[in-house]
Amino acid sequence: MANGYMKDKTKEILAAYAFLMPNMLGFLIFTSIPVLASLGLSFVQWDLLSGDPQFVGAANFVELAKDPFFFSYCWNTVYLMLAIPLSMAGSLLLAIALNRGLKGTVVFRAIYFLPTICSGVAIFMLWRLIYNSNFGFLNTMISQFGDLLGLKLAGPNWLTDENWAKPALIIMNVWQTVGGSNMILYLAALQGVPRDLYDAAEVDGANNFQKFWAVTWPQISPTTFFIAIMSLIGGFQAGFDQAYIMTGGGPNGSTTTIIYYIFKNAFEWYRMGYAAAISWVLFSIIFVFTVLNWRFYGRNVHYT
Amino acid sequence: MSRYIDSLMREEMKHSKPTIPAALFLKKKKPVVVIELKKRSRLKRKFQRAGLFALLLLGAVTMVAPFLWMISTSFKEAGQVFADAKVWWQEWLPSTFVWQNYLKVWEVVPFARFYLNSILVSICITAGQVATSAMAAYAFARLDFPGRDRLFFGYLATMMIPGAVTMIPVFILLRYLGWIDSYKALILPGIFSAYGTFMLRQFFLTLPKDLEDAAKIDGCSYRRIFWHIILPLSKPALATLTTFTFMGSWMNLMWPLIVVNTHTKYTLPVGLAYFQGIHGTDWTLLMAASMMMILPILIVFLFNQRFFVEGIKLTGIKG
Repeated sequence: MANGYMKDKTKEILAAYAFLMPNMLGFLIFTSIPVLASLGLSFVQWDLLSGDPQFVGAANFVELAKDPFFFSYCWNTVYLMLAIPLSMAGSLLLAIALNRGLKGTVVFRAIYFLPTICSGVAIFMLWRLIYNSNFGFLNTMISQFGDLLGLKLAGPNWLTDENWAKPALIIMNVWQTVGGSNMILYLAALQGVPRDLYDAAEVDGANNFQKFWAVTWPQISPTTFFIAIMSLIGGFQAGFDQAYIMTGGGPNGSTTTIIYYIFKNAFEWYRMGYAAAISWVLFSIIFVFTVLNWRFYGRNVHYT
Repeated sequence: MSRYIDSLMREEMKHSKPTIPAALFLKKKKPVVVIELKKRSRLKRKFQRAGLFALLLLGAVTMVAPFLWMISTSFKEAGQVFADAKVWWQEWLPSTFVWQNYLKVWEVVPFARFYLNSILVSICITAGQVATSAMAAYAFARLDFPGRDRLFFGYLATMMIPGAVTMIPVFILLRYLGWIDSYKALILPGIFSAYGTFMLRQFFLTLPKDLEDAAKIDGCSYRRIFWHIILPLSKPALATLTTFTFMGSWMNLMWPLIVVNTHTKYTLPVGLAYFQGIHGTDWTLLMAASMMMILPILIVFLFNQRFFVEGIKLTGIKG
């Protein structure tokens, strides 16, 4: 009996490792070991082309602390995250509107989801054209709107003007994300709010606005928190595709984000050590937010 | 695509039911006159609904307008994009439909090659990822072995590491192996995903165990249980992972950009960026090429809409 049990147990363990093997091998080679290697890299200077890596201690981090570009690119990254609250507010409003059970909800949801689906190079190219100052869609619309009013309106040079490049990208990002996964998460959250809470509020004579603040908002606060943190974590790593396709990080570095700076250091200037050091700074920022999320999600945000 | 640990917490959240009545939050109590309220609210509601519908329609137009403009531009004559004095509707309806733009793209750059590369790379990554993730997820969800929980935690922990951290060492590794500028470099690193494993494990845990137990008593091997019971029951989750993985690799620009440098190995995103680099002002062609890049994704979306929605709800993933 005991022998048979042992045999079954061994069989199970062997089976488990067999099932795990392919994934775990790849995981070791392409994730676990590279993470450690990256930490090691951040303490060396190495251009890959000439000779071996030189150990330089914390010199990369010291240089980073004095690198004015790094700080201005961090600022760019944070600035561009202005799209997050705007898009979240929009997502919530859309979700509330779609939750009313109007006709055509499914069609609307699909249409709002379109920009999220098609994200990537093609869409950034489209927006580069939309923002073209001479014949782009946006400035054409602006000037035609001006003609209607009898005014001479002219839009800004969106992507080539240092003051307008970031707002332009923010507008685009809001357009892209407002009807996407955040809206779907909000929609699911709204459908999860118990009906009797609304009934109770109605009996008490609450109007729609009061119902929103007293019932809906606190009930969906875990979702809001979740989306906010996830968007922040994503936001710190964002901005590569749009910078590469639309602005080249310019004008004057105003749309270069952290990830684009890492890419440039590593694969254009071959400063592997420095790039690894930046990536670890990025990692620590993200780590803080992840821990925040673990700590508070599903606990403190429940019924604020 | 980012990967998240946090759906774990979401699960936890679902089980606790809030019980505080909303009435506690409202200060004043108003008397309710039911009949009057009903009469007024019927008309009011009609207006409200009409207004809401109009707003939603306006939003939908904003969402779609850039796409329509993209389509119309892709059919324009090269000079027509720039023409200044246009009637407004000519912005939308080109005076001549130059559908040849779509053919020209294939001649100007090796677009067919880009397309084939993208299809090959995306299919390999998707198939590999779904297969290896499902196997690992089965072990984590259903089999008992020493060190399982610790190992799983290791998987979870790596999900928060930004791709930028591993990108550089993996590039160096591939360079040492002499794999740079090869399909191996494009495909292999994309296959192994902690995220896919995590998502499928969460799904497998929700499956009822009875069938498996019965099969085990009948002497069914783990391989057959996995193949004949677990996988067929998990079609929705597998479809979701397939869709997301395929889209993710179809759209991926950075990795192919890093590891590939001959034109013949470019995937669509890199190819498109390259196209923009050499024909940056051929807007009609660029838009035609972009349309052709989006089209397969659009078709997948139209037929699989349900999986997108379910997938997002299941994992909180960001598209």
